[in-house]
Amino acid sequence: MSTLVANEKKGFGSTIWDYLTTVDHKKIAILYLIAGGFFFLLGGLEALAIRVQLIKPMNDFVSAGFYNELITMHGTTMIFLAAMPLIFAFMNAVVPLQIGARDVAFPFLNSLGFWLFLFGGILLNVGWFTGGAADAGWTAYTPLSTTSPGHGVDYYVLGLQISGAGTLMGGINFLVTIINMRAPGMTYMRMPLFTWTAFVASALILFAFPALTVGLFLMMFDRMFDSVFFDAAMGGNSVIWQHLFWIFGHPEVYILILPAFGIFSEIIATFSKKRLFGYTAMVFATVLIGFLGFMVWAHHMFTVGMGPAANSIFAVATMAIAVPTGIKIFNWLFTLWGGNIQINTAMLWALGFIPSFTIGGMTGVMLAAASADYQYHDTYFVIAHFHYVIVGGVVFGLLAGTHYFWPKMFGTILDETLGKITFWLFFIGFHMTFFIQHFLGLMGMPRRYWVFLEGQGLDLGNLISSIGAFLMGIATIILLINVVKTSVKNEKVGADPWDARTLEWAIPSPPPFYNFKQLPLVRGLDPLWIEKTEGRKGMTPAEPLGDIHMPNNSFLPFIMSVGFFIAGLGFIYQKDNLAWLSAVFIGMGIALGCMLVRSLKDDLGYHIHKEDLQKEAKE
Amino acid sequence: MSEQDVLNPKHMPSNPEQATLEGKNKFLGFWFFLGGETVLFASLFGTYLALRDSTNGGASSQDLFGLELVFIMTMLLLTSSLTSVYAMYHMKNNDFKRMMIWLGITVALGLGFLGFEIYEFVHYIHDYEFTMRSSAFGSAFYTLVGFHGGHVVFGLSWIIALMFRNAKRGLNLYNAPKFYIASLYWHFIDVVWVFIFTVVYLMGVL
Repeated sequence: MSTLVANEKKGFGSTIWDYLTTVDHKKIAILYLIAGGFFFLLGGLEALAIRVQLIKPMNDFVSAGFYNELITMHGTTMIFLAAMPLIFAFMNAVVPLQIGARDVAFPFLNSLGFWLFLFGGILLNVGWFTGGAADAGWTAYTPLSTTSPGHGVDYYVLGLQISGAGTLMGGINFLVTIINMRAPGMTYMRMPLFTWTAFVASALILFAFPALTVGLFLMMFDRMFDSVFFDAAMGGNSVIWQHLFWIFGHPEVYILILPAFGIFSEIIATFSKKRLFGYTAMVFATVLIGFLGFMVWAHHMFTVGMGPAANSIFAVATMAIAVPTGIKIFNWLFTLWGGNIQINTAMLWALGFIPSFTIGGMTGVMLAAASADYQYHDTYFVIAHFHYVIVGGVVFGLLAGTHYFWPKMFGTILDETLGKITFWLFFIGFHMTFFIQHFLGLMGMPRRYWVFLEGQGLDLGNLISSIGAFLMGIATIILLINVVKTSVKNEKVGADPWDARTLEWAIPSPPPFYNFKQLPLVRGLDPLWIEKTEGRKGMTPAEPLGDIHMPNNSFLPFIMSVGFFIAGLGFIYQKDNLAWLSAVFIGMGIALGCMLVRSLKDDLGYHIHKEDLQKEAKE
Repeated sequence: MSEQDVLNPKHMPSNPEQATLEGKNKFLGFWFFLGGETVLFASLFGTYLALRDSTNGGASSQDLFGLELVFIMTMLLLTSSLTSVYAMYHMKNNDFKRMMIWLGITVALGLGFLGFEIYEFVHYIHDYEFTMRSSAFGSAFYTLVGFHGGHVVFGLSWIIALMFRNAKRGLNLYNAPKFYIASLYWHFIDVVWVFIFTVVYLMGVL
């Protein structure tokens, strides 16, 4: 068998089949990018609908019920189906290359994680077409969520359960990959900062997501099997949901922001032509943020009535996070200081991020003051705060990463002019939308209300906010045009278009499916830069040319996820008609059957032979 | 050298479960997974502790629990954990036959445990009308103990499937990690039961 078939031209059908069965981390990255990008557009449309509804007082663009579905699905979609998968897209595309590995530790699980996320995301959105999506807010507080009529919240519960399982697998996969599969010489303190942040984020996923799993199970049992966890009349306790949700939910925001920090660290070092200032402190700050991230969940619950002692402890712990985050901000500034700075689109996003995120951090410390939070709680001040950190931090990071890593993922470079237009429109639109919301909140505008009254000083602010949202919408359209234009032009770039510092830029763009023909020898932080400064063209190999072991493709992850999807529908509708229990049995049968096949059927992978690699090098 | 030669060396190493990179990855990945499972059960325990006195006027833990039955169940499960250690001991000595015998005993003890647990649930439901729907305490009890029971079912199915699959071909470096992590899973189930025994049953009758 010729083992280098992946290089041959293929028809459309076989390309689709290839992507359905792939276990290659680079292809899975592209799948995550496409699926996450799609959900990002969907969540953006929902956001625009929200802003149209709030463009003037007493508007009737959408009904109150539909507005509830819009805000719920906007939040859920953006967090779970857009930001998380896009983070995973870059982790998949870059982390194995940055540590000099040929693949991830569990390629099969990697594929399963993607398909579970996708089918979970689809299940969440099925509700739109079958009588209403989830409408209890993205936090789904009980008892509102347990008593919400219809099936909207059921879709939320099952959809998140399925996609959450996929995320957990991804987290374990990256932890093991980074610990076990680093190239010779790649010690922990030589790992690029993006790899470090992916590592800490994966640990957070591992220890945060099971709390959500349990919370969702309890809610599922309450809604579908009449248990009474959250029913106060039967002795239940609604606050348990809030604790479980935020024990997951607060680490979740660090899961999102840490990899974004990592992307910015790569970009700022590369385009300042300097080693990252305070690398050790950056690593320390990353780990500390990850650790403290688990100690602060109850700051979302200051007004629940936990008492002054608990509120004080959580307030202090929350403020403490500002310290490592401040370390990071200063390190980025000092990396820029005296650097040979090159401004391009990726760098613009990074430079725009620093002040934007700092504003979000400052309002975060304001919110952490528990007594003041009684005033801010559930107002637009909170909305403004978390959009400043999530859009100003995570989304800026993802867009920066899109420009920076695009050449490595696709072998082409995104158009700089269009990229800069996107940045400026988005940047201005973002601040227009959310800066004014601080003041709307301070003037008392509560979140999640579908209308506001005239003559309360809220009209102008909401109008400005809505106009800003449209600027962001236009910027996103220009980004899409940029992607299409770049793909059509298909102008190939070399392995290292940015004159960058880390290992991923030492191999061709896009990389061959086995990544490294010979594993590289890493001799310090920024290994490629070290070789370049010493006059070498690429990495010194750490091993002689030999056979490369590769994993087999598999269709099982797709089928397994379909099984869980069918079972999810069955669980939702067995409430109406017990005949749907058959769907539960069929779906779970498919999923468990696939697991059994996976366990019993040997999957030894295959080898690329040394001779084929030599032949390929000659061509 | 073909894959089969690599996986079936003339002299099995003393730690066959970690002799290949795939084995090392599985070993580490499974420990991480158990870390996540710990959070899962911690969340369930927290929920149970918050709701254990919310009996809604129905049966309470003092009415329900009897330590005799729980003692037998605990003995069965603790012993099964010991026998799975013996199985792994023989795996490291490359004694496939003895490994299978001890795994078989492990499965038998696990099935015994499961039988008593089913009896216990049926007993509560029929004699005390204590269900998941009767009180928040009921919801929390059946969910926590039921999640553990579900893990027992999954673990047993897993070990049985591995035993049937590999009965005829013996031990190699491909299936050794599979046996090993299945036994890790079984130990984890056992550790969780120790906490259930303490938090649910002992604290429940005292």
